[in-house]
Amino acid sequence: MVEIAIYPPNSLILADLIERKGHTPLALQKQIRQKVKDPEIDSPPMNITEDDPIKGLKYAAIEVPSGVRGRMSIIGPLIDAAEAAIIVDGAPFGFGCVGCARTNELSTFLLRDKDIPTLEVTYPTNKDETYQMVNEINDFLDSLDELVKSDEDFKDEAPVSEKEDLEFVEKELEED
Amino acid sequence: MVKIALVSCGTEYSGVQKEIEKAALTFGAEIVLPEIDLDYIEEACAKFGFSAQSSSLKLMIARAMSIVEGKSKADAVFIATCFRCAEGALVRNAVRKFIQDNTRIPVVTYSFTERTKADELFIRMEALATTVTRRSILAREKQEGLTLGIDSGSTTTKVVAMENNKVIGTGWTETKDIMESVFIGVDEAFEGTGYTIDDVDGIGTTGYGRINIGKQLNAELIQEELSVNAKGAVYLAGHQKGEATVLDIGGMDNKVITVNDGIPDNFTMGGICAGASGRFLDMTSRRLDVTIDQLGPLALQGNYRNALLNSYCIVFGIQDLVTTLAAGGSKADAAAAACHSVAEQVYEQQLQEIDLREPLIQVGGTSLISGLVEAVSEMLGGIDVIVPEYSQHIGAVGAALLVSGMGHRQDK
Repeated sequence: MVEIAIYPPNSLILADLIERKGHTPLALQKQIRQKVKDPEIDSPPMNITEDDPIKGLKYAAIEVPSGVRGRMSIIGPLIDAAEAAIIVDGAPFGFGCVGCARTNELSTFLLRDKDIPTLEVTYPTNKDETYQMVNEINDFLDSLDELVKSDEDFKDEAPVSEKEDLEFVEKELEED
Repeated sequence: MVKIALVSCGTEYSGVQKEIEKAALTFGAEIVLPEIDLDYIEEACAKFGFSAQSSSLKLMIARAMSIVEGKSKADAVFIATCFRCAEGALVRNAVRKFIQDNTRIPVVTYSFTERTKADELFIRMEALATTVTRRSILAREKQEGLTLGIDSGSTTTKVVAMENNKVIGTGWTETKDIMESVFIGVDEAFEGTGYTIDDVDGIGTTGYGRINIGKQLNAELIQEELSVNAKGAVYLAGHQKGEATVLDIGGMDNKVITVNDGIPDNFTMGGICAGASGRFLDMTSRRLDVTIDQLGPLALQGNYRNALLNSYCIVFGIQDLVTTLAAGGSKADAAAAACHSVAEQVYEQQLQEIDLREPLIQVGGTSLISGLVEAVSEMLGGIDVIVPEYSQHIGAVGAALLVSGMGHRQDK
């Protein structure tokens, strides 16, 4: 099971495709739900307060507009937690959006820069392209199990101590 | 309840939605979001002709379009985008102009940060609500009886006593303790008139301290300075009919108001950078070791081109001034450059945002700085700038005029 960042981060279709393959989508809705349910804050509609754009400074400098930093305070932690990513370029707002082109640019850059398995597809314009996109996503999701498994195998290998290294080299020399 | 349509790129993501709603509610208005279909967004953007990348700005354009096309009902419009966003600023101005060109709905624009608080928005929301609900008050053209107008500004407190359509006394003092400053001003205004505050029919208050003072004096009119100053300006300039633009470069914020038949229909307010404020000129005069009264004539003797002063920031502006003087620049050139710098910034930041209508009536304490008035005129291609009598008391005159007919203290 892999935690996968999606872009647009509130795309229900992407989240659904990921869940069907047994992975976890890092979707914006869950973050918003947490904020909205927080009984301590009352700042409708999303309980974002002055503090959130300040938290967003982790991802964008002070001269970046407050709206970008406010959005990044929610999206940034999802990017931090991502083990893989799916980015859909050129999607219309009905597919999912955060409303701000500058946030899109920064978020997709941070995902690409993260050195995690990333699939980038272009939003389809016809039926064939739609099938192709869904297949690409499914193949990518299937491949993640292998990637994660090989990572885990690598982690399971006990580190070779210096002493063992020396013993191995000595043994090889003796045999020679 | 007055319906103020919020046309914005996402105030909720900056944590200021609540502040905007709070500001509106304070003045009996409610924030409404123009309802639109998803399909309408692309259609509206195609009609509008601006290809915004951000979908929130597309939504903003569609909301403006729905107001103009009558699909959404609004009494006033509040347009807001993030401070420092270039795309937001472009759309904000395009949308403002579009609504103004196609409707008679009052519009105000604002660029917000996460630190924007309701009280910063009070004056704008109150002015929007006033323009919609109190047109009858703003229609008053003549002062009657004995009334007192108090303008508690950020730097000075102005008081005016009016009787039968004439100013009979004025008071002017630095704003320190709010009420103390008011009483000093009141005493000055009534000096030699034979009247006291107990003789007046009504009291009107405006300016930063208007609510506090109004409550303490049981004022019949407590009104933000945009409506009051606009009214006072056209009254004193004798331009109550037709169109005019009122410019008030104040101690802390600047106001540019367009007026039609004495009623404000659009305005902008500065207030982000202090390099374009009266306070900067106050500090300049102190650094040049002249009184504020002497700064204007001194500036007229100088040439602004001989000194470089064009900082948005009051601190760096004074630093430029110090550098100029240290390099051997003359006081007159520095004074001229300071006036030019303020005029230039008011032009760049505010006069660009409004469809300037002649005549331009310059008011407020800074209108007495002749060098600044000339710099403003020059900046606008040499247009005539009217500085009416009592221009420095404009808010107090407006308040005394507007409260006329509302107060009946002597009937009791």
